[in-house]
Amino acid sequence: MNWGSWDNFWAMGGYGLYVWGSYAMVAIVIAIEIWLFKSRRRAAVSELMRDAVRGRSSR
Amino acid sequence: MTMNTATAPARFGLFWFSSPQTFFPLAGRMIPWFIALTVVLLAIGLWIAFFVAPTDATQGESYRIIFIHVPTAWMSMFLYVVMAFWAAVGLIFNTRLSSMMASAIAPTGALMTFLALWTGALWGRPTWGTYWVWDARLTSELILLFLYLGFLALQAAIDDKRRADKAGAVLALVGVVNIPIIYFSVQWWNTLHQGASVSLTRSPSMATTMLWGMLVMALAFWMYSIAAVLHRVRTIILEREKRADWVRELLAEGRLK
Repeated sequence: MNWGSWDNFWAMGGYGLYVWGSYAMVAIVIAIEIWLFKSRRRAAVSELMRDAVRGRSSR
Repeated sequence: MTMNTATAPARFGLFWFSSPQTFFPLAGRMIPWFIALTVVLLAIGLWIAFFVAPTDATQGESYRIIFIHVPTAWMSMFLYVVMAFWAAVGLIFNTRLSSMMASAIAPTGALMTFLALWTGALWGRPTWGTYWVWDARLTSELILLFLYLGFLALQAAIDDKRRADKAGAVLALVGVVNIPIIYFSVQWWNTLHQGASVSLTRSPSMATTMLWGMLVMALAFWMYSIAAVLHRVRTIILEREKRADWVRELLAEGRLK
């Protein structure tokens, strides 16, 4: 597939809005998912740390 | 000799990896490989999708949405079956890790379903003239999204985790009936949606490079889903096993990040 120019590539034969709208949403949603499961991990580990500190002081 | 079955699972056997303690480090070691596979497959897949696959004779360039639409739609159904499988195993054998796997799969499955619907809408507009129709394929895929969201909401609403597992498992298993309905909807009902893109019984209806691009992209989404689910299931293990000695040891050794 030879697009000739970058303008042609981004235009996608007039379907740019639909093609890039699809690929952009996939990229955004996956970026959000990665951020979500990483922050869930951080929350879980910091809760463990809080519990550990509390356990030490009560002993 | 003392038996210490509570902390040391049996060395071999079917349920060896069903122990969260054994699975946690194993999953951690597997994740980088699945990330690497995702990156490589995604690079090859996108290259085929935009620079190798030719323009479609009837749809022009709009068909290039297929390279993400079909993989996300496949993953949305496949992940549901895997989720229902692990939920059922957890229900029958009372294995906690199986239920945790089901809970870890649901968010990724819901996202894949949303993406299949979104990319389908943006593909439907230029090819059918509409973003949405209430036909069998689209409606049953929307029901799939509601099943995932229902599973997540139900589990979030029940405080007792084991009861949440059981309730979620029942919902997931009832919802499995929707999967063959989605798959065969294009044969059973009159629909705007085209038939299966890939069939085992007949030769592919599209150019070889298009087919390859689609399969490589499907593999990339598959590998990404595995990495995401493994990452999430490790977090769920930490959330639920926070009182276990082995979790506290990992924390004390600074091996949790």
